[in-house]
Amino acid sequence: MSRFQQWAFIVKEALDKSFLVAKFFCAVHVTSTYLCSTALVYGPSMLPTFNLSGEIVLLESISTRYGKVDSGDVVIVRSPENPRKVITKRIIGMEGDSITYVVDPINSDRTETLVVPKGHIWVEGDNIYSSNDSRNFGPVPYGLLQGKVFWKIWPAGAFGSIGRRPQTVDPALKVVEELKNS
Amino acid sequence: MSRTKAIPGPQPSTNTAPRPSHDRLLRREPNGYCFIVTLICQFDTNMGTPNFLWNVCKSSFTFGLIGLTISDRIASIVPVRGFSMSPTFNPYNSRPLGLFNDDHVLVEKHCLKDYKFSHGDVVVFCSPSCYKEKHIKRITAMPGDWISVPYSYDAVKIPEGHCWVEGDNPTNSLDSRSFGPIPLGLIRGRVTHILWPPQRVGKIDRKQLPGGGLGF
Repeated sequence: MSRFQQWAFIVKEALDKSFLVAKFFCAVHVTSTYLCSTALVYGPSMLPTFNLSGEIVLLESISTRYGKVDSGDVVIVRSPENPRKVITKRIIGMEGDSITYVVDPINSDRTETLVVPKGHIWVEGDNIYSSNDSRNFGPVPYGLLQGKVFWKIWPAGAFGSIGRRPQTVDPALKVVEELKNS
Repeated sequence: MSRTKAIPGPQPSTNTAPRPSHDRLLRREPNGYCFIVTLICQFDTNMGTPNFLWNVCKSSFTFGLIGLTISDRIASIVPVRGFSMSPTFNPYNSRPLGLFNDDHVLVEKHCLKDYKFSHGDVVVFCSPSCYKEKHIKRITAMPGDWISVPYSYDAVKIPEGHCWVEGDNPTNSLDSRSFGPIPLGLIRGRVTHILWPPQRVGKIDRKQLPGGGLGF
């Protein structure tokens, strides 16, 4: 084969391989944006559902795209305070629901009630003593939802589905927050 | 004068061996019709109809994936409906042309990596009251700016992570003056160029419009 033919063969092989890589990248992007993805959840605001140091969870975007989420679901939303951050919280109320929440559980028992406006949701962390959520930044527009968490995959001891919201928040968690601050 | 006499005997026959039917077609009608028929017969025996359908499905699936990724990550083309952004898009004096009456614009998605926007950007965002609808407006104030609310003596400070959007045509525009500042996370892209109609093809200016908010 002449040199030109050899060179043309190599270029064709390189183009085929890079097209294959591009196809793979597109498939990964479409799957993680529209179907299913993973995320690392860490921080104290969702104790005891998720632990402090971090857990890897599976999230799916099909329910959020068709509006099939409801109160009690754990969701991942883009933070209204910083669009580069995503946060994990539990939905407490959908649009039209009347929410009663404790404004500042560490210092007082004062509660407030409001109705969630149209197109918004109210999210709170399971650990209300140490959570920056709708009690601070107000109801979240539905368009900020990224996905619904439905399974935990790491660490292996935590493998399983997500539980319901804990009924009574343990006062021991308040001690955890004070130890962190001291 | 010599005369040739027909010699009786076995005449040489024109068809010595049985030929397949398409050859006889070729001989009797040598034109484009039989050429196409031959091609189709070969096509059918070489690839088969189910293989062809499968290949078509695979190619369209691949192109669908690639097109979806490009429109999510790089840029997409969107029609502009309504007159809330006149005269930038759909100016009132445009001649109605039926289906292609609307302006079509290029929306780039590279800005969604860092959410870095500035005053005067025209953006596409999900409506805060109905997440399925998308609106196109211009950003007139960024976080930390003060906006004077019309018809009242209040001044509103734009909270962190939010922005104030307004249409270029304030009399006919549903924007932040009705639903307040919107979180930057609702933005789905930034408009950079007009692609249709041809007489107005070009880059969008990032001009500041008088009226509306006072940036302090």
